[in-house]
Amino acid sequence: MDMEPILNVKQLTMNFGGLRALDNVDLDVHQGEIVALIGPNGAGKTTFFNCITGIYDPSGGDVLISAPKKGKTQRINGLKPNRVTEKGLARTFQNIRLFHNMTVLENVMIGCHCRMKAGILGAVFRGVSTRREEKAVVQKSYSILEKIGLEKYVNDFAKNLPYGAQRRLEIARAMATDPFMLLLDEPAAGMNPHETQDLDALIIRIRENEGISILLIEHDMKLVMSLSDRIFVMDYGKKIAQGTPAEIRKNPAVIKAYLGEEIDA
Amino acid sequence: MWIEIETPMLANELKKSFLASLWFMFLTFPIMVIRVNTVEKIIQWRWANLFFVGIGSFILSALWRYLIRRKEQGIHRTEVDGIARVTLSQRLLGDRRFTIPALIITTIAALVFPFVFSIYQTNIMITALIYVMLGLGLNIVVGLAGLLDLGYVAFYAVGAYSYALLNYHFGLGFWTVLGIGGGLAAMFGIILGFPVLRLRGDYLAIVTLGFGEIIRLILENWNAFSFGPSGIANIPRPGLFGIDLDIEQATIYVYFLMIAMTLFTIFVVNRLQNSRIGRAWIALREDEVACQSMGIDKRKTKLMAFALGATWAGFAGVVFAAKTTFINPASFTIWESINVLCVVVLGGMGSIVGVIVGAFILILLPEYLRFLSEYRMLAFGTVLVMMMVFRPGGIVETVRRTYQYKETDH
Repeated sequence: MDMEPILNVKQLTMNFGGLRALDNVDLDVHQGEIVALIGPNGAGKTTFFNCITGIYDPSGGDVLISAPKKGKTQRINGLKPNRVTEKGLARTFQNIRLFHNMTVLENVMIGCHCRMKAGILGAVFRGVSTRREEKAVVQKSYSILEKIGLEKYVNDFAKNLPYGAQRRLEIARAMATDPFMLLLDEPAAGMNPHETQDLDALIIRIRENEGISILLIEHDMKLVMSLSDRIFVMDYGKKIAQGTPAEIRKNPAVIKAYLGEEIDA
Repeated sequence: MWIEIETPMLANELKKSFLASLWFMFLTFPIMVIRVNTVEKIIQWRWANLFFVGIGSFILSALWRYLIRRKEQGIHRTEVDGIARVTLSQRLLGDRRFTIPALIITTIAALVFPFVFSIYQTNIMITALIYVMLGLGLNIVVGLAGLLDLGYVAFYAVGAYSYALLNYHFGLGFWTVLGIGGGLAAMFGIILGFPVLRLRGDYLAIVTLGFGEIIRLILENWNAFSFGPSGIANIPRPGLFGIDLDIEQATIYVYFLMIAMTLFTIFVVNRLQNSRIGRAWIALREDEVACQSMGIDKRKTKLMAFALGATWAGFAGVVFAAKTTFINPASFTIWESINVLCVVVLGGMGSIVGVIVGAFILILLPEYLRFLSEYRMLAFGTVLVMMMVFRPGGIVETVRRTYQYKETDH
């Protein structure tokens, strides 16, 4: 492609003591793409996410981003998770990590936190600018909930939501940080086929309407094959294949990783 | 409200209570029944005691089982109906017909209190108000940000000693030191905050506990600095435009000063709680990893919680020193930290009204349970245990705020 990738991961390596969880993994995502990262359990997919989003500090390699419109390439490995989010990469979690005792709206408002300014004095005196900011954030959060289709739960506690809605709320909360790219860690895990279909439509809507690119980890192959522009496959911490869904389906290395080696009789 | 319990279940429960009472009679037999009279060298058998123990433990056990069952049924019903349980306190607080008269009565009571009751009672009230302030401060750290701090008394000590020492050495007045004391306490909050940034839960509790003890031990042993265990006496009471006040007037003055400061604390803490920062604290309590991934600076948010929580302890410490006119390290033991923590937990973590109610109960209850003489602390302990079993959320459970948003047309 002629454009520079918005996320460019080069030879990312992560060691936990003697264990090499990631071994020179390369991956790139271009503006407007939906890219899937798949692989058997324990392949290192979530570790890969954690390295990109600053939860882990990678042992080697580079994570480069180039936010659309800003154009400048930045190296983000080693940054704190909140700084990564400020740069425009937002994520969801494999095991749902909502703020359970806060309302749905507040969960989304937390996502706006890093785009707000009010400090201690602003909070105490609640001046014009603080009030205006609060109001704007409430409006923005509500409209995100409408886009995701969660507006009927707006004042419920997050913990009381049905499972599928909790997963969608994680996406809403991530979108509130104004990202140029969303990293979704198994967004369809535990969803029924109907909910998965809704999710498929939602992800496409996010890409089309908001112009947010998406990198997702997913085990639901039907969803992955229908959504993704490109797929990366990992096994034992290494990238074993990349390509379009059609290419991946036929790739012998991928089939081997998923189904095991054929035994010649 | 009676709950129907099917007969076999009732019989079963009664059987369990009966067995419990048998067990109790057996356990207490040696101390309650047998009495050796060493003078006349005979053994007295007090069988009546055995009977009282049996009946008493049977009734208590049956009551306990009934209450537990009632609670479980309540939880069960909530799950079946899917309607969240609204406690009486939450319903009352949400109802203006209750809150406005309650506010008016409280205001009048607070205004006339020192003129109706004795100096002794007013002093107890001042102590209760100091605990309200300490509780509200600790509520920021423990209730909102979820950081279990067992060394909170250290900041209280910093406030008290900063007034005592600055006054002793430099003759600074109450109002000047009030600000300095709060600021110093905030600084100590940050000093404590840095090393514990990575810790949570039990580890954090132990480190803060140690911090509290360090401060107390320094005050106790560094004679040249703090005058050691003998403490500092003759600390002036707060001044009122240079007017000389006798003890009674001064107490009333401190009382109203504390009322004003408590109102100020409530105002500020309430504003903080319902702000961007307050939300970040709650998010930090709920899930630290998710909180950071949503763009919240964990380090800054935690330090802010420690500093802003400590500030109120600093203020309270200055007032405490001015009120008692004498301080020594014995006032700042670990027991004080536990007391303030009890205020927060008993009242309801994260709830401002809860903390206020909790402080009054915790300070006034032992005071007015004096008629129970030596059983006072036993009764107090029982109340605490019962509260935590039946109302783990505290007396006044916190209500999350709902926001006004404009419904877009459909």
